This record gives sequence, C-alpha cells and structure tokens, in this order.
Amino acid sequence: MPPRSWTFTVAGLGLIVALALPFTLSNFRLFQFSQVYIYAMALLGLNILTGYNGQISLGHGAFYAVGAYTTAVMIDQWNVPYGWTIPTAGLVCLVVGFLFGIPALRLEGLYLALATFALALAVPQILKYFEHWTGGSQGIVLSKPKAPWGLKLNPDQWLYFLCLGLLVLSFILASNLLRGRTGRAIVAIRDNPIAAQSMGVNTALYKSLTFGVSAAYTGVAGALSAVTVAYVAPDSFDVFRSITFLVGIVIGGLASVSGAIFGALFIQFVPNWALDISKAAPWAIYGVFLIGFMYAMPRGIAGTIRLAAVRWLRRRAEPRGSSGGSPR
Amino acid sequence: MRKGFQLALLAMLGLAVTLGPAAAQTPGVTATEVKIGNTNPYSGPASAYGTIGKTLGAYFKKVNDEGGVNGRKINYITYDDSYSPPKAVEMVRKLVEQDEVAALFQTLGTPTNTAIHKYVNQQKVPHLFVATGATKWNDPKNFPWTMGWQPNYQTEGKIYAAYILKNFPDAKIGILYQNDDYGKDYRKGLHDGLGEAAKKMIVLEQTYEVTDPTIDSQIVNLKNSGANVFFNVTIPKFAVQAIKKSHDIGWKPAHFLNNVSSSLATVLKPAGLDASKGLITALYMKEITDPQWKNDKGFLDWVAFMKKYYPDGALDDQGNAFGYTVAQAMTQVLKQCGNDLSRENILKQAENLKNVEFPLLLPGIKVNTSPTDHAPIEQEQLAKFDGERWVLFGELLEAAKK
Repeated sequence: MPPRSWTFTVAGLGLIVALALPFTLSNFRLFQFSQVYIYAMALLGLNILTGYNGQISLGHGAFYAVGAYTTAVMIDQWNVPYGWTIPTAGLVCLVVGFLFGIPALRLEGLYLALATFALALAVPQILKYFEHWTGGSQGIVLSKPKAPWGLKLNPDQWLYFLCLGLLVLSFILASNLLRGRTGRAIVAIRDNPIAAQSMGVNTALYKSLTFGVSAAYTGVAGALSAVTVAYVAPDSFDVFRSITFLVGIVIGGLASVSGAIFGALFIQFVPNWALDISKAAPWAIYGVFLIGFMYAMPRGIAGTIRLAAVRWLRRRAEPRGSSGGSPR
Repeated sequence: MRKGFQLALLAMLGLAVTLGPAAAQTPGVTATEVKIGNTNPYSGPASAYGTIGKTLGAYFKKVNDEGGVNGRKINYITYDDSYSPPKAVEMVRKLVEQDEVAALFQTLGTPTNTAIHKYVNQQKVPHLFVATGATKWNDPKNFPWTMGWQPNYQTEGKIYAAYILKNFPDAKIGILYQNDDYGKDYRKGLHDGLGEAAKKMIVLEQTYEVTDPTIDSQIVNLKNSGANVFFNVTIPKFAVQAIKKSHDIGWKPAHFLNNVSSSLATVLKPAGLDASKGLITALYMKEITDPQWKNDKGFLDWVAFMKKYYPDGALDDQGNAFGYTVAQAMTQVLKQCGNDLSRENILKQAENLKNVEFPLLLPGIKVNTSPTDHAPIEQEQLAKFDGERWVLFGELLEAAKK
C-alpha cells in the first residue's frame, strides 16, 4: 500500500481541480461532471456490496430509481423542498435495501444476482402501476433548483457543487465505515463467511445491513439525478442501467473507494467517445474499449494505479538500501 | 507537496485552455453553413426508429449536393439517446451549448422530448417537428418554441368517433389499447369524440402491456362482450395478433385499426391479407408498401432518393418515407428564412407554413401552421382495406375543427 499521506495529497489535488472546474468549464460540461459524481456515488454504494462484501447485485438500477422517484414524488406531490427529499430518498432506500437483503440472505453468488436482476426488471413496470403518483410512463417533470443563500452561481454550477459536496461526504463516510471494525467484518464475510461467523461476526445482520447501506448510497445518487436532470420516467431506469453500474465498478476497480470515480468517468464518457468514433456501431466500439480495459487492467483502473504506485515506491526504496524492504 | 501544487496548477491551466469561444451572434450559422441538431434512438429498445434519423441525414446530404439552402450547407448533427430521457437531456444540452445548433429538429420519442421540453423553451431554441404523436407539443402559449408534426393520436381517435356516430348509430364498441400515453391518447380522443354517447356505446375496454407476450385473451373477452365495433389501438406486433385472432375465432366486427399499424408489409401481410379485409384506418401519408402508389411520381422520386443516398435503408419501412417528408418540411422552413437564420426567424418561418404540400402525403393534405397553431398536419382520410390495398374513401377529415 502507498502511504496514506500520498492518498491524501492525490485526493486533495483532485478536489482542488474539481473546485476549479465550475469557473473554467461550460455549463454543459459541468452537467456532465455532475453526472459523473452522481454515478460515482451509486458505484460507491454498489462497490460496498459487491466489491467489499462479495454480494453480486444486478439490480442497483432499481434502488437508483426508487431514490429518484422518492425525490420526484415528494417535490411534485407535496411541494417538499428538494434539500429534504435527498436524505429521505437515502433513508427509504436504506429500508428497502435492508428488507430486500433479508430474503436475499438465502441466496448466494449467481442466485442473488438473478434475484436482484428480477428487481431491476420489475421496478420500471411497478412505477407505471402507481400512475397517480409517478405519472406513469409520462414521468414527472421537475424544475431545476436555483442556488440558495443568495450565492452568485447559476443552477448548473450550484448543482455541480451540491453533487461534489455530497460525493466527498459519502467518500469520507464510506472510507471510515470500511476502515474500522465494521469494514473488517464486511470483508471477512466476503473472504470466508464460516470463519467470520466463528469469529463472532453476525453474518446475517451484517449482510442485510450492507445491502441497506449500499442501497442508500445508490438511492441518494438517484435522488440527485432526478434533481439535476429535472425529469424522471420509467424509461430512464431500465435493466441496462443496472448493468452499466456493474461495468462501472469492475472497470473502476472492485473493493476500492477511489475506483468509483474512475468507473463513473468510464460509464459517462466512453459511450460518447464510441459514438464519435463510429455512428454505425457505437456499442461495438464500446465493447472493444471494455475488453481492452479488462485485458490491460484486470484489477480495474484503481487496482492498476495502486499496483504501479507500490512498484514505483519499491524501486525507489531499494537503491537507497533501506532495511524496510517492500512496503506492505 | 510543492510538486503536487505545480501539478494542480498545470491541470487548471489545461482546463482554462479548453474554454470555449464566446457565443456567436446567430448561433449555429456561418456564411457557409447552418447547424441543425437531432437526437434519435440508434440503440436501445426503440432502435427500429433510428432509421428516421438516418433518412434525415441522407436527405440533407441530397440538399447539400444540390447546392444547399440559400447558398448554405446544412450541417446535420445527430446523436444517439438510446430512447433514455437522461441521455436525451445530456445530448440536447450538448447540441445547444457546445455545438450551438441553430435549431433542434425531429428529436424522437415522447419521454425523451418531455425531458427536454422545458429546457429548450427556456433556452429559446426552435424545437421543430418533434417525432411523436402526443398531443402536448401543440401548446404555443406555454411552450412557444416547440412544434409537433404528425396528426396527434387524439385527433385520430376523434376522426373514428365521428365516423362511428354517423354510420353505426347502434354501435357496441370494444376497445383494446396499450397501457401507456400513446394508448390513452387514442382512447381519450375516441371518448371525447363520442361525447355523451360514449357511456352507452362502449361495452368493454381491454388493455395490454407492451411487454406482454400475447393479447389472445383480450380478444376473446372483447368478442364475448358482444361488441360489433372494434377499436384496435395496438403497435404492429400486437396488431398482427389481434387481426389474426379475431379472424380465427370468427369475430367480425367493424374493425378500426390505428394508423400506427397501417403498414402492409409489417402488419397486414403477416396477419394475412384475407383476415385483414375490411379493416378501416385513417391515413395521412401514402403507404409505401401499397401497390396503388407504385407509379406515383412522389413515390418514385423517393425510391430514387433512397437508392442513391440511403441504399441500406429498407424500401418497405414507412419510417424512411416519414423522415424524407419531414426533412422536406425543414428544408422548406430554412428556404423561407432567406438570409436571416436567427432562432427567432426560424421559429417565425416554421409558424408560417401556408398550404404546403409534400409528395408523400396523401393528395390534398396541406401543411399549415401559425403562431397559435403548432400542429402542422391535421388532416387525415379514412381508408378501407380491400384485400390488396387501402382504398381511400370520404373526404379529408380535419378533427382539429371541433
């Protein structure tokens, strides 16, 4: 592992660049980067479940949809200020995720993947049934929020900062969660559930809780997407969305917090590049990119960078003859 | 740490360089070209419609080969939105803010256009001839920059209602419709058109989901309800099933089939020409697979165009004729603009189409718009299938005149 001070430096630099973006980029680009942060938050949630806890979910698009609709319905039906709807969306998804996690305990690996896949298939249709609230296939049109407290920002800049702020917060919360006792328990369940149980970890509780927390992250991301896009419709949350999330965490790097950012950049921008390269077969180009990445970076982007940093440190350390040898 | 700071500075510098140039006076227009933006579902669940977007590009290429419009070439920029609303928002913002198109044209899909409706009107970008049959695009009071194209579904429903009231005074109507906006718009049109009589006449309404495998049981229910008029609001796949099944179980109502499924090649032939005999629909375009047009000049010109500019496009896909016609309308608007291609003038000219005819619309159909009328095509004509072709009958009907 590279030393922690490094991680902080890189994160700090990234943050400085991110804070400078709104004053250099066009509103359209800001919108795209807001989308990246939203995806990153959703990927972080999925990564906690799949990367750290070892439960595969093909249904996180469903939680994303639940989060988005919670926000949209609250704003549209009850005129709740959007600021309140975002944590509520997280809470709703926490509960839904936890409840879904309980029956899912009986399912392992591929079987769980199928159960969650069913969730992803069902949600867009269920949304159409509650037409009175959700507007059916017509969806719900929202208004873009203006910057509060008299800040001199346009709506895109404000939303950008909102997304960035919530992303940073969720990164801090996630790394704290994963570094401590709870994190060790979560990882132990992935690596060897029997050993974990015999060490006194309540596997059932932890698994359901992880499911809930993961869903909550994705739900907040969904809520933010509803606010930034200012429109929700069942067509926005098809199965493909869930699969895109899975692609994102694998490309970004499983069991890596920073991987969420790389994965989000990939799922946001690579389809557009593919379209620029070939209008006729963009998804074939996308496929080539995907295979290329998996072949060149089997541990995902974050994993590859980490490995490179470790190697570089080792090489630097050795000629000086430091007795420590290779860093852990 | 110092090294890190230098890096950050470099990164910021790089970003500053990418700053776009200041907006031009008339966005999307130079001395030699005018930029027109479009989104279409080239991938995803509705990718079958993507051929429309390709036809538009092919037609503008033809216009450019012939010298362009008033000396300017049309630079047609089209992006894939996969029929996904968030993607459509992203792509349309790209078109407006980055590519700085002069106008948006034929963006396809009801959910996708709903997602960008407010935005384009706030930005005051012409949002012309959208490719969807929903009714809400004709709302110049609240959305002055948006304009529809095809006759909307409610209009068509009203046309059937008027015909039923006149010719089947003791009708018992059974309805089958898709459970979404499209189906409900048709149903509403019929209900509104029937007025008071609706309660008495409609004996059964059945719905299906677009994901259902079959609608056989709905057809059996409709038959058992004793209905003698069948209003069939289904997309091609289910229209084939409905025609076949009602024929197979010996149900012979007066069968009204929505325009959406009036294609010979994709619906009537697969369902069986014999079983399709007697169907009634409302048309506004020439069905390109209908043999009666095979020597029609408009049709032959279109075939020549397809062979030269879009050889991969299918000659039995009505979407290609649709795209061809609406691209002609856009070209007409640009021609009318003369040298002033400001967004205001493009909208003004789009609102100023007077009795324009297009070769693939039914003879006599005229396109008319005004600042208070954002529904270009409002006429349709009823047609009955005689086992070989659609036989037009009656006069052109205009449901907008209530």
